[in-house]
Amino acid sequence: MTLLILCDHDRGTLAEASLEALTFGRQLATDAGIACHAVVIGQGAQEASAQLAAYGAETIHVINHEILTDFGPEAWGEALTQLVRSVDASAAMACGTDRGNEVMAQVAARLNVPFVANCLDVTPNSEQWEMTRVQWGGSLLEDATLETDGAKIVSVTHHSCEATPAAAPAAGTTTVFSPELESALSRTVVTDRVVLTQGITLATAPVVVGGGRGVGSAEAFAPLEELAAALGGVVGCSRAVTNNGWRPHSDQVGQTGTRIAPQIYIANGISGAIQHWVGAMAAKNILAINTDAEANMVTKAGHAVIGDLHKVIPAILEEIERRKG
Amino acid sequence: MSEFPTNAKVVVIGAGIVGNCLVGHLARLGWTDLVLIEKGPLPNPGGSTGHASNFIFPVDHNKEMALLGEQSADQYRDMDLSVDSGGIEVARTQERMDELDRRMTSAKAWGIEAHLLSPSEVKELVPFINEEVILGGFYCPTVSVVDSLETGTVMRKEAIETAGCQVFANTEVLDIETTQGEGGVTTVSAVVTDKGRIEAEYVVVACGVWSNRIANMAGATIPLVPTVHQMADVGPMDILAETNNEIGYPIVRDMDTFCYERQSSGSMEVGSYGHRAILHHPDEIPSNQEAALSPTEMPFTPDDFDDQMETAIELMDMLGDAEIKYAINGLLSLTPDGMPCLGETIEVRNLWSAAAVWVKEGPGMAQVVAEWMTYGYPRVIDAHGADLARFYEGERSDEHIWSRADESFIKTYGIVHPAEQWEGRRNIDVGPYFSRQQDLDAMFFQARTWERPQWYGANADLVERYDLSERTVEWDNRWWSPITVGEHLNLRENCGLVDLSAFQIYELEGPGAVQYADYLAVNKVDVAVGRSIYTPWLTPDGGFHSDLTMMRTAQDKVRIVTGVFDGGRDSFWVNRHMPLDGSVKFTNITKQVTTLGLWGPNAPTVLGQLTDADLSQNGSPYGSVIDVEIAGLPCTLFRVSYVGDTGWEIYTNWANGPALWDALMAAGADQGIRPTGGGVYGTSGRLEKGYRLMGAELESEYNPLEAGLARPKVKAADFIGKEAYLAAREGTTEVAMCTLTVEDQTDSQGRQRFMQGGNEPILTLDGGRIVDSHGRASRVTTAGFGPTVGKHLLMSYLPTELAVPGTDLQVMYMNELFPVKVGSTGAIFDPENTRLKS
Amino acid sequence: MRLLVCVKRVPAPGARINITADEQAVDSAHLGFTTSPHEECALEEAVQIAEAHEGQVTVLTLGPAEAEEQLRYAASVGGNHFVLLPITEVDWDAQRTAAALTQAISDLEEAEGPFDLVLFGNESADAGGFQVGVRVAHALGRPIVNGIKGIDVAEGTVTARREIDGGFEVYEIPTPAVLGIKEGINLPRYPTMKGRLASKKAVIEATEPTAEPGGQKRRRLHRPEEAASTTVILGEGPEAAPAVVDLLEELGVLS
Repeated sequence: MTLLILCDHDRGTLAEASLEALTFGRQLATDAGIACHAVVIGQGAQEASAQLAAYGAETIHVINHEILTDFGPEAWGEALTQLVRSVDASAAMACGTDRGNEVMAQVAARLNVPFVANCLDVTPNSEQWEMTRVQWGGSLLEDATLETDGAKIVSVTHHSCEATPAAAPAAGTTTVFSPELESALSRTVVTDRVVLTQGITLATAPVVVGGGRGVGSAEAFAPLEELAAALGGVVGCSRAVTNNGWRPHSDQVGQTGTRIAPQIYIANGISGAIQHWVGAMAAKNILAINTDAEANMVTKAGHAVIGDLHKVIPAILEEIERRKG
Repeated sequence: MSEFPTNAKVVVIGAGIVGNCLVGHLARLGWTDLVLIEKGPLPNPGGSTGHASNFIFPVDHNKEMALLGEQSADQYRDMDLSVDSGGIEVARTQERMDELDRRMTSAKAWGIEAHLLSPSEVKELVPFINEEVILGGFYCPTVSVVDSLETGTVMRKEAIETAGCQVFANTEVLDIETTQGEGGVTTVSAVVTDKGRIEAEYVVVACGVWSNRIANMAGATIPLVPTVHQMADVGPMDILAETNNEIGYPIVRDMDTFCYERQSSGSMEVGSYGHRAILHHPDEIPSNQEAALSPTEMPFTPDDFDDQMETAIELMDMLGDAEIKYAINGLLSLTPDGMPCLGETIEVRNLWSAAAVWVKEGPGMAQVVAEWMTYGYPRVIDAHGADLARFYEGERSDEHIWSRADESFIKTYGIVHPAEQWEGRRNIDVGPYFSRQQDLDAMFFQARTWERPQWYGANADLVERYDLSERTVEWDNRWWSPITVGEHLNLRENCGLVDLSAFQIYELEGPGAVQYADYLAVNKVDVAVGRSIYTPWLTPDGGFHSDLTMMRTAQDKVRIVTGVFDGGRDSFWVNRHMPLDGSVKFTNITKQVTTLGLWGPNAPTVLGQLTDADLSQNGSPYGSVIDVEIAGLPCTLFRVSYVGDTGWEIYTNWANGPALWDALMAAGADQGIRPTGGGVYGTSGRLEKGYRLMGAELESEYNPLEAGLARPKVKAADFIGKEAYLAAREGTTEVAMCTLTVEDQTDSQGRQRFMQGGNEPILTLDGGRIVDSHGRASRVTTAGFGPTVGKHLLMSYLPTELAVPGTDLQVMYMNELFPVKVGSTGAIFDPENTRLKS
Repeated sequence: MRLLVCVKRVPAPGARINITADEQAVDSAHLGFTTSPHEECALEEAVQIAEAHEGQVTVLTLGPAEAEEQLRYAASVGGNHFVLLPITEVDWDAQRTAAALTQAISDLEEAEGPFDLVLFGNESADAGGFQVGVRVAHALGRPIVNGIKGIDVAEGTVTARREIDGGFEVYEIPTPAVLGIKEGINLPRYPTMKGRLASKKAVIEATEPTAEPGGQKRRRLHRPEEAASTTVILGEGPEAAPAVVDLLEELGVLS
């Protein structure tokens, strides 16, 4: 009776998400009265074993195969499926990252069992598991029941639990598992990695520095350009700016412009008209810089600076310079 | 943000264009201790202002809407938040071309520059238009595009800076509390919000589509319904983007397809009033949090828009390949009669409404309300058409509001005849003779909720008798019948029986009744029992609030009889100024008392057959009110005439009405009696006598001296508006109300035309407008054919130097000029009133 | 080139989503509906590929009869063929949906020939199960990679890029293949007016799906507790700069 927890690592360094999965899985295994095992795949897995033990992995399954040169969702899924079968695991889980969810979906498809993605809470009753999971990107929660005769496959919502080491390290016994993988599965193994610096678009930029009516003129966008450059991002703008002819339409963020989803959107002098908000709301974080504390953008943003953007942005640029220097 | 206050002089709810402009205007008028509450965030709280297309076409046939639109456009211009883009209403049909002629006429009336363009001239201004589908265009260079959100912000900031107005956004109103004030008057006392409770002397509801729901919290009604107007933003298109402007081309209103095309930067906003009416209950509007866009930008229903897309592409082919980037079912407010809801609510004292106002008239309407609160009546313009008190009970129900909005939505860009009748919600209030009138094939016109026969189909034989004919031009003939001329001539020759059940009748009773009645009226009400008084009621500034009859029916009893269009406003006015000591009781007896008018040379003979009372000028002199028995029914006889022939208004109990009708018709059978409609009573008979009508000739912008209704002396007792009235008597009277005759009705196509009384401008012989020093233009207030004098008659104020019989002037009608002559400042027909004295 | 895109009709709610009284569904009484965003991008990508390679795009959806609206939308932005699998339940679970889609795709391929590329959205906007595409691909015996933000099509192979921190993973996948598309791969076009009008004439084929329910059962939907005011004020004026840069460092956007 085992819970297998897929842990992702980069040359032996465990991803934060994996530690979250271990923290969550450790408790789940305890609640279910089953053993807590970690699974690592590919080169460098050995180096992670001490950390895995610290986070409660009693056994560490290291999966090796010649086609597992890099990530491959099908190969990883097939390998993990074989391990589940091999150890007759009662459950398997991962953190609900893109990769975690993808591999667990592969496992569930292969085992022809349900897969419950992005759980916040799992109650492992003896007959069936009950869980609360996120829908609508967290805007709604769903209470669900997992009914299966086979292995229970779940993922835990990323960032929903804080990674904490176990009170006492577990044994962390390493055992190697060698799956039998068809060479055809290499068809979906990563063949190359490219670092992208060129061609960042508004739609895909990790940072967008937006300017609104409050910027005041086309020329006054210069400090925003500078800030965007310092952060590897691009400049966007509101409809008022386009209407005033300060920036081209292609820079417009909003319902009638581009919808953005950066890591952070820095909205300067933007009131937050609905049309603009719709384009910006997918941003992971929003920092509003505005003189008006009642502005829509300020009340909707996660972070805000109340003040004149023409003074605040130079100060930020100076601070960035200072820390670099 | 400051601490939420516990009390304020004025709480304005809603920070859209209206609420913001209202606090700004209140501040300008010296108000302080203002609080502005808004449920949503600023500057765009998510109401209709936030998605408005923000353009103003200044020409409107309605005077209030036209002048307040212009007033608003000027306020936007003064703030430099407006661009004159120009605008063109294009016609695809001959009927619309005629309507554009009518637009030209209204433009002239209000002094707005306008031009009729050929299709190729339209194309010069709008190069991407398909000129082949249009017949022409009405071009107005001062059509403007405004920034309503920024205007609201500027006005709000002005109120903050000059009057210390406190603003609380993201604050939801949960309740409006009232208290029983002095005299048991329900009075607003506090606004309860999710941020706290605030006591207030005045509360103003400026909540746009939510207004009725908010007013309902206090037990008041603001009859409006949120209605969808679809809009799609398509683009980008190079030809638009190259203007590098928010708007570089004139706005095009494709009137016959109920659409507009308005450039917005590189895109085109295509708006529609052509789809089915889509109405929502305020409770169905999502909150800011629930809405995908904003609360009033509801999910687009594309099936409703497809027809408009096809016609839009037909007009501008480039639209077809442009992307639909944003499309909404935008909400706006519709009321049962298409006019705004301004003024104090009738149910709750000091609870005011500033609602059903669109961006195009927002700043002006806000000024109206601010002045109303300050001076007791608006100054910038007469706003009786927007007065919230105009609605009767039957007009305040959801059923009525929805029915009217459903029917009127398509009229937004429609061609609406001045006399056009509603199809739905008829027969709400009918007189006791209704079934008899139906049997007589009456054509009913609805006045607010009341049905009134305009003419009787059963009198069709009079057309032959008097050799009458239909009018040549369909527009002039629409909602009209030559029967009405026949009824007129028969009344002058024999007699007519007129149903006046729609009179709104009230009673003041109690020890203070006469004194209070005198306080309301210009003329002396404290007269002998049995005498009547025809009198204006004035606004505090000395203009007309009302014009009606008061009768002293007993020592401590005064009856008030007013027109059906004015009952709501007049009864509110009485209630509003009522002494609080309980000395006067005010009762509405409209549905207890019915009125029949019997006039014509044979009227005394007819009536004489049914009563023993002395009907001579001694026994029943003009203006007297006497109780008599007619056909065994107790009645009150009021010797008066609004049509120029002798006779009476006969009052009796509602239940006795049918028997009275039957008795009079039977007694008049061999005296040529005919049931006679409102076409004679309200128009032709009245016009020949030059009698003025409240709401037409009489408005708050004019005083009794100008209207020719001033008496030689002013009574000693105080009355509302007395000070202003006395001052006016001291000054010079600049204009006089005149009746004009149309000297030649032949148009350029050789057709006889009949002006409708829709504000047609009176012009000098060289075609110039006639405007007095207050900016009041001479325009037709009532028009109609005078069968006895044989001329088409017009009423208009004219500067005194022109108000001389025989003066030659012109009237514009359908964009053509017709010669007119000043006939009289009094009556054209029987100026000596000999027929009344017979 | 034959492409197939699977899309899902989802409500378009605001920040606050209401739930029906039985707690089984989103209360969509006054909401509009849209195509789940990742799938909208998948559709755009398919249309672009079809335009470049003389392809045809079939759009397939499983949903209520009203999902016809999303198929017509697909028609208005360049789709060619449309198949609706109408269901009467609020939603089908992922296993059941995948089974029905697999059957439908097999039927379509039997009749018209195989699809070179089948595109899914990475996950649906509402249920967010992260698995339907994977299950379908597995059932069809085809390769699949999720999270795709870039595609290059060549004869017999497709190069797909998946975003990772600071760059992309590249996959060389033989066709026929299945890809899970992520928003950001492109900027979906809006329908033109002519496109919208033409879409009304699109033929929609409807086939009642049959599949057994899977093992994940919904008990109820509910809303997470709302945080009161979430805006953290970092400061006023230029003095706030250090706090801002702290935040930027924390988010890892300061290179």
